[in-house]
Amino acid sequence: MLTAELLASSLRMAVPILLTAIGAVYTERSGIVNIGLEGMMIVGSFWASVGAYFYGPFVGILFAMLAGAFLALIHSVTTVTFGVNQVVSGVALNILAYGASRFLSLVIFGKATTSHHVSGFSPIDVPILSDIPFLKLLFTDISPIVITALILVPISKYIIDNTVFGLRLRAVGENPLAADTLGINVFAMRYAGVIISGMLAGMAGAYLTMEHTGMYVEGMTQGKGYIAMAAMIFGNWTPTGTLWASLLFGFAEALSLRAGEGSIIPYQFIKMIPYLLTLAVLTGIVKKATPPAASGEPYDRSIG
Amino acid sequence: MKIRKLLALSLVILLVLGLTTGCGQKAEPKKDEKEQQEQKPEEKKIKVGLVYDIGGRGDLSFNDSAYAGLKRAEQEFGLEVTDLEPSSGGEDREQLLRLLAEDGYDLIFGVGFMFTDHIAKVAEEFPDVKFGLIDGAVEDIDSSSNISCLLFKEHEGSFLVGAAAALKSKNGKVGFIGGMKSPLIERFEYGYLAGAKYVNPDIETFSDYVGTTGEAFKDPVKAKELALKQIKAGVDVIYHASGASGVGMLEAAAANKVLAIGVDSDQSLTATDEQKPYILTSMLKRVDNSVYETIKDLVEGRFEGGYRVFGLNDDGVGYAVNDFNKDLISDIQPKLEELKEKVVNGEIKVPADKNEYEEFLKTLK
Repeated sequence: MLTAELLASSLRMAVPILLTAIGAVYTERSGIVNIGLEGMMIVGSFWASVGAYFYGPFVGILFAMLAGAFLALIHSVTTVTFGVNQVVSGVALNILAYGASRFLSLVIFGKATTSHHVSGFSPIDVPILSDIPFLKLLFTDISPIVITALILVPISKYIIDNTVFGLRLRAVGENPLAADTLGINVFAMRYAGVIISGMLAGMAGAYLTMEHTGMYVEGMTQGKGYIAMAAMIFGNWTPTGTLWASLLFGFAEALSLRAGEGSIIPYQFIKMIPYLLTLAVLTGIVKKATPPAASGEPYDRSIG
Repeated sequence: MKIRKLLALSLVILLVLGLTTGCGQKAEPKKDEKEQQEQKPEEKKIKVGLVYDIGGRGDLSFNDSAYAGLKRAEQEFGLEVTDLEPSSGGEDREQLLRLLAEDGYDLIFGVGFMFTDHIAKVAEEFPDVKFGLIDGAVEDIDSSSNISCLLFKEHEGSFLVGAAAALKSKNGKVGFIGGMKSPLIERFEYGYLAGAKYVNPDIETFSDYVGTTGEAFKDPVKAKELALKQIKAGVDVIYHASGASGVGMLEAAAANKVLAIGVDSDQSLTATDEQKPYILTSMLKRVDNSVYETIKDLVEGRFEGGYRVFGLNDDGVGYAVNDFNKDLISDIQPKLEELKEKVVNGEIKVPADKNEYEEFLKTLK
């Protein structure tokens, strides 16, 4: 059962979750909860189709990241500057993303729910790794975005743990008042955290459109933005933890696609595996979660 | 402080605008109609409305076929037509039907079996409006009803493409990918499997479904993964009945150089150039004809309620032959025509569900 083919499928299913979940780490560590990640993925998947259709894959991914960043900017303005409830703002953005993508799709492609066919990056082989027999299937013919996502894990770990930027990001997420007293611009740090998350969620959307199916289909994100948040929590707000959590979710999904035939478990239950896993994780069966102390709390200088 | 308030206000306006433009689609056509009515009050055009299923226009499959029928009727009879998309989860299906009915439409189509209950309800409230329900059957209606249920023998068409798949498979393995697991999609599945087994009783078959809700018709990511799984298992011809999810399957098939079979519309015509050589054929479900015929009946004053079933005998279903696949399919066409003949004259009874399929398999041995 545990074949390289299953692992390859797990990896493909994990990548959009992983990218978004890494983004979620940035925003949450800065103290902002971003439920709007699903919406940012949606606009990413749509704008990737626009960019890729008219100008090619590089512009596609650029558009996707800009669109994600734009939604994230709205989220930061409402939550950081105006202290709006972060969940409310995020939910509003998800609704906005759905409506806006549908409307723009009608304007640009003349149909509400799908784009035209688009082409992505040409798949590449990872040197060295693709020569190892068992890993061959896993690392040949894969999308550059998959590699980017995997590389982003150690990079993000380094940024968050070892750089001044990372230290400040964590500081405003743990105790914004203390950070502010030390002269750190709390607002700027939080803007940065949220916008990075928007760009990564946009890239995840671009992966779905350009690399996986070659077309934008409305609703193709299928709630992966929420699963990414679960992966981030499961990964205990760290990039490496997030990687394993995303791979687990990807694996569960790949497994549920394979366990269909001939098994004694009713079909409907098998399709529930990834969601049951999410529930189990969120209810804390797996591990006690320790979120950043100020996560979800708006920071207001006059109150502190 | 003033700037902050101004910024806040403009943000709110932006958000509201974003929301209203998202929903504004539905209101727009209504305005146009009113203007047109004011311009020509003396000449009353027949008004036909159509509400799509999940997946919507542009699914390159089922809904697009309905749209084609509507457009053909519009050009031929000079109708006034409107087509509407339900919200992404389809929650406002009933609302849209009612909107059209209140707006004085003469005939309203609901595309897809999900409309069954909604049409039954709205049709009762608006007895003067005619309704066309594609793929669904409202119970206990007769020719005096204002609902016409347009049904298809998908299993018969699927039988032929299943036979085509078995004839073309080199590995002796053929696959099927369905959208939402439901009796309707199972008709495609068992018809297809029966066709494959009829031609080659030893053939190995694979069936997978994307999911158990309407969402399964727009999840190309999962459809592609399922296709890749089947291809890795040795399947070299795959058929799908999964609406917009199917683009994922076509992508996987072309990338791995195995044959794919489209569904509902002729999917060779809308595929990319890289995909075209790998599309063996498409199971045609002439939703366009059924829409067109129903409108034609209304225009000529012959509209009848009840059930209309389209099968192989009246070309309501079939398989596609076009410029792109004619070389691929020409060698097996005589055989397919022979099978079609047998199905039409009742020599072969194509199974439409699991029990019938198991019975059918017994007759083969």
